[in-house]
Amino acid sequence: MSEHGTESAGDQVRQPGTAGRLDQGLDQRLDQAQVEGSGGIPERFTNPGLPPHVPRSADLDEKAARRAERQVATLFGISMVATVVFLVAYFAIDQRTYSFIPGIGLASLSNIVLGVSLGVSLLCIGLGAVHWAKTLMPDTEVTEDRHPQRSSDEARRDAVETMAAGGAASQLGRRPLIKYTLGGALGLFAIPLLVQLTGSLGPLPKDGLSTTFWRKGMRLMRDPEMTPIKVSDVTLGSVFHVMPEGIDKSPHVLEEKGKAAVILISLPPEAIKVPKESSWGHDGIVAYSKICTHVGCPVGLYEHRTHHLLCPCHQSTFDVTQDCAVIFGPAHRPLPQLQITVDAEGYLVAAAPFLQPVGPSFWERG
Amino acid sequence: MSPTATPKGAAGLRAKDVKPQEPAKGSKAVAGGLAGWVDDRTSVAKPTSYLLKKVFPDHWSFMLGEIAMFSLIILLVTGTFLTFWFVPSAGRVIYNGSYVPLRGIPMSEAFKSTVDISFDVRGGLIVRQIHHWSALLFTVSITVHMFRVFFTGAFRKPREINWVIGTILSLLAINEGFTGYSLPDDLLSGTGIRAAEGFMQSVPVVGSYLAYFIFGGAFPGEAIIPRLFTVHVLLLPAVIIGLFTAHIVLVAVHKHTQYPGPGKTNDNVVGYPMMPVYMAKAGGFLFIVFGITTLMAALVTINPIWLYGPYDPSPVTAGSQPDWYMGFADGALRLFPGFTEFNIFGFTLSLNVFIPSLIVMPLLYSIAGAYPFIESWVTGDKREHHLLDRPRNAPTRTGLGVMAISFYLILFLAAGNDLIAIKLGLSINDITQSLRVLLIVVPPLSYWVTKRICMSLQRRDHDLVLHGRESGRVVRTAEGRFFEVHEPLPEHERWALVQHETLTPLPLTAKVDASGVQRKRNRGEYLRAKVSSFYFADGVHPVTPADLVAAHHDGSAHEAIETGQDSQDQDSGGQHWVGQLHGGAEERPERDAYASHEDGADRGPGSAP
Amino acid sequence: MNALGSHRRHPAAILILLLLGLVATGGLYSLLAPRPAQAAVGTADDMSAGKKLFLANCATCHGISGTGGKAGAVPTLLGVGAAAVDFQVGTGRMPLAGTGLPQAPRGNKVMFTQTQIASLAAYVATLGPGPSIPDSQYTNGDGSIARGNELFKVNCAMCHNFAGSGGALTRGKYAPSLRNVTGTHIYEAMATGPQSMPVFNDQNLSPTDKNDIISYLHDLDKNKNPGGLSLGNLGPVSEGMFVWIFGLGLMIGAAVWLGSKAA
Repeated sequence: MSEHGTESAGDQVRQPGTAGRLDQGLDQRLDQAQVEGSGGIPERFTNPGLPPHVPRSADLDEKAARRAERQVATLFGISMVATVVFLVAYFAIDQRTYSFIPGIGLASLSNIVLGVSLGVSLLCIGLGAVHWAKTLMPDTEVTEDRHPQRSSDEARRDAVETMAAGGAASQLGRRPLIKYTLGGALGLFAIPLLVQLTGSLGPLPKDGLSTTFWRKGMRLMRDPEMTPIKVSDVTLGSVFHVMPEGIDKSPHVLEEKGKAAVILISLPPEAIKVPKESSWGHDGIVAYSKICTHVGCPVGLYEHRTHHLLCPCHQSTFDVTQDCAVIFGPAHRPLPQLQITVDAEGYLVAAAPFLQPVGPSFWERG
Repeated sequence: MSPTATPKGAAGLRAKDVKPQEPAKGSKAVAGGLAGWVDDRTSVAKPTSYLLKKVFPDHWSFMLGEIAMFSLIILLVTGTFLTFWFVPSAGRVIYNGSYVPLRGIPMSEAFKSTVDISFDVRGGLIVRQIHHWSALLFTVSITVHMFRVFFTGAFRKPREINWVIGTILSLLAINEGFTGYSLPDDLLSGTGIRAAEGFMQSVPVVGSYLAYFIFGGAFPGEAIIPRLFTVHVLLLPAVIIGLFTAHIVLVAVHKHTQYPGPGKTNDNVVGYPMMPVYMAKAGGFLFIVFGITTLMAALVTINPIWLYGPYDPSPVTAGSQPDWYMGFADGALRLFPGFTEFNIFGFTLSLNVFIPSLIVMPLLYSIAGAYPFIESWVTGDKREHHLLDRPRNAPTRTGLGVMAISFYLILFLAAGNDLIAIKLGLSINDITQSLRVLLIVVPPLSYWVTKRICMSLQRRDHDLVLHGRESGRVVRTAEGRFFEVHEPLPEHERWALVQHETLTPLPLTAKVDASGVQRKRNRGEYLRAKVSSFYFADGVHPVTPADLVAAHHDGSAHEAIETGQDSQDQDSGGQHWVGQLHGGAEERPERDAYASHEDGADRGPGSAP
Repeated sequence: MNALGSHRRHPAAILILLLLGLVATGGLYSLLAPRPAQAAVGTADDMSAGKKLFLANCATCHGISGTGGKAGAVPTLLGVGAAAVDFQVGTGRMPLAGTGLPQAPRGNKVMFTQTQIASLAAYVATLGPGPSIPDSQYTNGDGSIARGNELFKVNCAMCHNFAGSGGALTRGKYAPSLRNVTGTHIYEAMATGPQSMPVFNDQNLSPTDKNDIISYLHDLDKNKNPGGLSLGNLGPVSEGMFVWIFGLGLMIGAAVWLGSKAA
C-alpha cells in the first residue's frame, strides 16, 4: 500500500552507519578515516606531514645572502633614481613635445617619461620587497590551527539569553501599545526619504517620445553645416545627413537632434518596390529617420549598390527599396519615413512631420 | 591598599583610583614611544600581535583577489586626482585648447575638461590612463579570482556569504566602470548611453517614465552626466568599499583556504606569517601591480577621447562597443532575434531589447550568487571546508563552470562581431548566425568535454599512484622475466593525489523510518536525489591503501605503503625491487588486456571484478 | 641513449614538432604558389594609348563600349568620369583580381604606371561626362583640420571608424582603412562613390569641405599617439584583448614569481 509509487532500481536506501558521513558535521576529519587498532590496512592514506625543509642558498651561505642584499638594494636604488627622473621630467618637459619612440611612433614625451619613471619607481620597490622576502626572510612553513567557525554552545546560549533577558527587560512583550506604534513609526519613517529622493524626478514623457522637431514646410538642412539642400544638389547614389531648419536655434538642441536626425538617400526610382515610399519621396530621393528602432544609435551606413542601411551598433539592416523594412539583426520595426517634397525655390522640404514615433520602441507606442 | 588613612574632602574622591603603572626600573621599556602612546589609548597590542602572527598559505592563485584589491586602491587614488580637474557638466562650450583637431568645435564641459586633463594638465594623461587601465585590470582580476574560487570550491561552508558578497562586488564593479567611462561624454560612450536609454524605454509599462526620470527629460538632457558622476564617485565606491571591507574581514575570520598537500589538513593553515613575510610580499605586490599598471598606461593608449570627439546624436563610429566587461550584454543584444517584439492590444512589448539588456545580466549574476547554496543542497554536505578541491576532483562542478564560461564567452565574442569580420575577412551576417547556433550548442558540449577530461585526469592520477612513473629501465629477473621499473610516487607527492574525497550521490531517505513509520517523501527529495546523482554518479574514487596493496601483486604491499620509497635506496641494495616492477602478463586480468582502471576493476589479477 | 632521445618525452617535444610542420608547410606554399598575372599592355599603333589599354584590360568585363555587362553585375563606365578611373586603377582595386562582390580589395598591387592610368582615365572620360580628376588646391590637405574632423564624424566615421581604421559592412563587405591614402584618391573616392560607398558630390560636400576632410585624415597619418601605442585605434575591443593577454599575463607572472621558492 505504498502511496509513493514504486522505488526505481536506482534508489538506494540509506542504511544507518554507512553513507551517513556526509551529514555528520564537525566530528568527521576529512583527512583521517583510519580504522584504529585493527592491525590491518588503513582505510585511507594518512597525511605524511610537512615535507622536509630545503634551505635556500642565502640560508646557508653568507655570501649568497649578501648578494641577495645587494640585489634588493639595487632595486630600491633604481626606484629612487626613477622617482628623481619623474620629478625632473614633471617640470622640465613641455606638455606639447612629441618624440619618436621606437615601437610606438610619435608620442607625447611627457606622458611616456612620467609614466615610465613612475612605473619603474613603483615596480622596483615591489620587486625589491618581494625579492627580499623570498631570499632573506624565513621560508620555513609555519602552521596555525583553525577553530570551528561555530561559536561554542555556551557562547550561543549566553547570546540568546542576553537578547531574551534584554527583550523581557524592555517590557516590549508586555506593552502591546508600544509594540504596534513602534512598528508603525519605523515602517513609515523611510517613506519621506524615498519620496524626497524620487518625488521630484521627472518630467513626465507626455508626447516627448512621439513627436519630433519636424513640421510641414521645414527645409532639410545639411548636418553639421546647416545649409539647405536643393533637389539639383542630389545626385544618384548620394547620401545626405539632414537636420530640420531652425533646430540649431532650439533651446534644447541635442535633445531635438536626438529625435530629428534624418538620412536622405537617392536611389534609382525604379528600384523602389513600395508605392508609398515612392510617393513620400521625390523622384527616387527618400528621407528616413536616422534613429535606429532597436536602441537608438544613428543608422548611417548606406551601401549604395545593395541599397541596404546598416546600423553599426548591433547590425540591424534595413532595405531602403522596401520602405526600410528590417532584413537582418535585432531591430523589429522599419525606420519611419519623412514625407518630403520640393518647395518653390527648388529646396527639399518636409511635406509633413513624422507620422509615427521615431527611435526605440516603448510600451505606449501603440 | 594604601597604608595611610583616606584623605578628607576632594582628595578622598580620588583615593581609590587606579594609579598608572610605572614600568619597573631596570626592566626593558615595554613598547616605548609612539607605539606605547597609541596602545595606552586603544589597547591595540593584543590584536596587533594576533594579526602579525596570522599565517597565509602561499600560492599564486591566491593573489588574484589581491590584484583586484590593489587596483581598487589605485582607482581611488587616481580617481581623486581626476575629480580635481573634471567638470561633470553638460553645459555647452567651444573648445580652444591645445589639441588642434578640436579647436572651435562645440562640446560639453565634461568632454572639454577631459581633453584638458589629457593635454593641458601636467601628468593628466598618465593619471587618466592609469585610472582606465586599472579599471580594466580591476574587472579582469575580479573575474579570474571568481573563477579560481569557483573551480577550487572555496565558496563552500563557511564562505558562502563571502561568495555572495563577491558576486555583488563584481556586479558593482562593472557598473562602476560603465558609469566611469561614460563621464567624458565622448562619441563612443555617448552612443552607449543612448543605447542605455533605449534599454530603459523597453521596460514594459514604465519604460518611458523610467527613461525620462533618470535622464531628467528627453535624451540626452543635462542631468545624466552630473548624475552619473555622483553614482560613480560617491554611491558606488561607498558601497564597494563597504562590501570589500566585509569581504576581507571575513577572509581574516575564516582564515584563507589552502590547497591540499602534505602537512595541510582541514584544521590548520600552513604558510608564512604576516610579519615579516607577508607584509613584504603583499606590500611588494601592491607596488608591482601599481608599477605594471603605470607602465601600461605610459606606453599604451587607452580611451583616446580626443579622437572620438564630443558626443552628438547624429554621428556614430564603426566598431561601437562598450568596455570589455559589458561585452557580454552587448553581444546578447546583437544575437537576440528581432521577431520577439510584440504588439499587444496597442502596447509594444520589446523583448528583443528588454531581455538581453536588463534580464541577462542580473539573471547570470543571480545564478552565480546562488550556486553555493545549490551545491550544498545537492551534496547535503554540512561540514566546513578549508581544503580546496583540485578542479579535476569535482568534475561536474568544473564542467558546469566551463559551461557557464563558454556561454558567457560566446556572448562576449558576439559583441566584437564587426571587428572579427574585418580582421578575419568574414561576413558579419554569417558570424552572427553562427554565434546564435553556437550559443545553444557549445555550452552543453563544453560541459561534457570538460567533465570527461576531468575524469580522465582523475584516472591518470589513480594510475600514477598505483603504478608510479615509468623510469625507462627494463629489468630481467633471475627467472628470465622482463619488467619495466616504475618508480613509485614518494609519499609527499602521493598525498595530494589520494587525499581527496569523492562524494557519492545522496540516496533517498528510507521509506520507513527507525520506528517503522512510513515517511512521506516530497518532490524536493526526488529532485535532490536526481540532481545529486547527476553530480556524483560517475565518480572516480581516490586510491586507498587496499587498492595499492592489490596492485602490487608481488606481495610487497606493506612496504609499498609505509616506506614511501626513494628510488636511490634501491640501487645500492642490488636487485631489491619493492613494488616497482610492472608490465608483464601478470599485471593484466586475463580476460581483457586493455581494461581501464575503473573503480572495482582495479583489484589486480585473481580478485573479483 | 643520446641527448635527443632522452628528451623525446619532453612536454615541449610535440610543440616543436608542430612548429616544424607549420614552418615547412608555409615555406613550401610560398615557394610553389602561383603568381598573379601581369597586366596586359596594348600594342603600339595609331589607336590612342588609353583606348588600347581599355580594350586590353577592361573591355572583357565592362564591355567594348564600357556599357557594363552580366545584367548589371558589372557596372557601366558611362558617366563615371576620369576621377573614378584614377581612383580605382590608381589604388589597385581594378582590374579586379578575383570574382565576388565589388569590394575594396586588400593589398592589391597597382598594375599600371601613372601615365597609363592618366590615358585610361582620359579615354573613359570621353565615354560620358563625369567627375574629373580634382585640382591639387583641393587635395593638398591645407584646409581646416577641426572642420574636417566635424564633417568626417558625421559623414564618414560610421563606416570608416572614428580614426579611419576601417569598419565592417554587411555580407563580408567592408569600408577600408584610410591610413596613408593620397589626397587625390580620398577626393576621388568621395566624388565617385566606389563599390559600396555612397556618392558625396561637390554639392553635398564642397571641394573645400573635401579638402578639410583630407586635412583631418592626413593629420591622423602623422600618427601622433599622445598616450602611447594606439592598438590600431579600434576602440575598447583591442584594449580589452591587450589587458587580458598582457596585463593579466604580467600580473600572474609576477604572482607566480612571488610564490615560488628562491634559489
